[in-house]
Amino acid sequence: MNKVFNNALEATADIKNGATIMLGGFGLNGIPENCIAALVKHNVGDLTCISNNAGVDDFGLGLLLQTKQIKKMISSYVGENALFEKQLLSGELEVDLVPQGTLATSIQMAAMGIPAYFTPAGYGTEIAIGKEVREFDGKMYLMEKAIHADFAIVKAWKGDSAGNLVFRKATRNFSTSMAKAGNITIAEVEHLVKPGEIDPDEVDVAGVYVHRIFQGSNYEKRIERRTTKI
Amino acid sequence: MALDKFGIAKRIAKELKDGMYVNLGIGIPTLVANYIPKDITVVFQSENGILGMGPYPEEAAIDADLINAGKETVTVIPGGAFFDSAESFGMIRAGKIDLTVLGAMEVSEQGDIANWKIPGKMVKGMGGAMDLVASAKNIIVAMMHTNPKGESKLLPQCSLPLTGLGCVKKVVTELAVLSITPNGFQLLERAPGVTVEEIIAKTAGKLIVPEFVPEMDI
Repeated sequence: MNKVFNNALEATADIKNGATIMLGGFGLNGIPENCIAALVKHNVGDLTCISNNAGVDDFGLGLLLQTKQIKKMISSYVGENALFEKQLLSGELEVDLVPQGTLATSIQMAAMGIPAYFTPAGYGTEIAIGKEVREFDGKMYLMEKAIHADFAIVKAWKGDSAGNLVFRKATRNFSTSMAKAGNITIAEVEHLVKPGEIDPDEVDVAGVYVHRIFQGSNYEKRIERRTTKI
Repeated sequence: MALDKFGIAKRIAKELKDGMYVNLGIGIPTLVANYIPKDITVVFQSENGILGMGPYPEEAAIDADLINAGKETVTVIPGGAFFDSAESFGMIRAGKIDLTVLGAMEVSEQGDIANWKIPGKMVKGMGGAMDLVASAKNIIVAMMHTNPKGESKLLPQCSLPLTGLGCVKKVVTELAVLSITPNGFQLLERAPGVTVEEIIAKTAGKLIVPEFVPEMDI
């Protein structure tokens, strides 16, 4: 069993036009920078991307929007990306806006093998249109379905060649659920270590979920809003 | 005189009680954290996956891996915890978060809220707002009383696409504190020096005005 790839270009080489891809991260926090750059290089198109945000104009998923490789986005908040808003309002880009908790949970449900669940988020709003509504204990809920993807691409802080992943601080965000939900999961890590160097007590995502792993490089880790103590 | 955004935040901070777990939205709500009464402890949740969110870092302590839901660099207090967004929203849905403060474009007299979309003009997305308003036990809206055109944001019915139905409990604006009751907006307090007449003129929804409306104590 070998899960270790040399780099992002090799790990993403079989992603074809029309693929559905989950990409971890929240804003620019914890995004798989190397794999996004590789997708730009491979120039695969008609992608459906599932990601909480769409990056900014010149970084993160914004890079794939610039090159018009994305056909459809499934996101909860895209306000930081003017290009996204423009492509959306002009109809070039198809977008499903999903409440953040629903997005996270739908991905988690895919990871847990549960096809659908009920949540109160969005009841009585336009996102409820066409969805099954049920009352439980006097409160109204919408039925939401698990969200699956051909590929899940995440960035972790540390990983081993068995595929175990450890995340740092707020970078868990959507990444741990996505890593568990992908049909094929690709993890890029800041530190690739040997099995045994990660304490099993520390593991956020167990190796069984991760099919490909590589040591990432040249992380920019851009910050969207650099705020300091006043 | 009408309050500025800091004044609104300061007034909302008075709603916090010792031991509360609180989620603050982007904008004015974020400022509430600056005015926590010294004698109480509240814990801030950030829905991307932090409990025990602390103040902004010193320049040297900035960490790209540690941002809040507004994508700002933050810190975590001793006793804080990290988790993923799925768990974070589980916390919210299961009622573990005591208070949510968020901004709005419109609030109706039934407590409906609209804050995520202006059809044909602005589509930023709902982020976590729909989940928060559908589940939080107590929701306070922090917003200006009128929009930039001078039109009331406190309406009989929201005209914009809704974020949630009948969920807002209280609204704090630069002019007033109002609660949502089965009979409409109840005027509770007015900003120092603001007249009841001005609040009536700028509130389009049904407004219940008691005989005596105290000034906010801020």
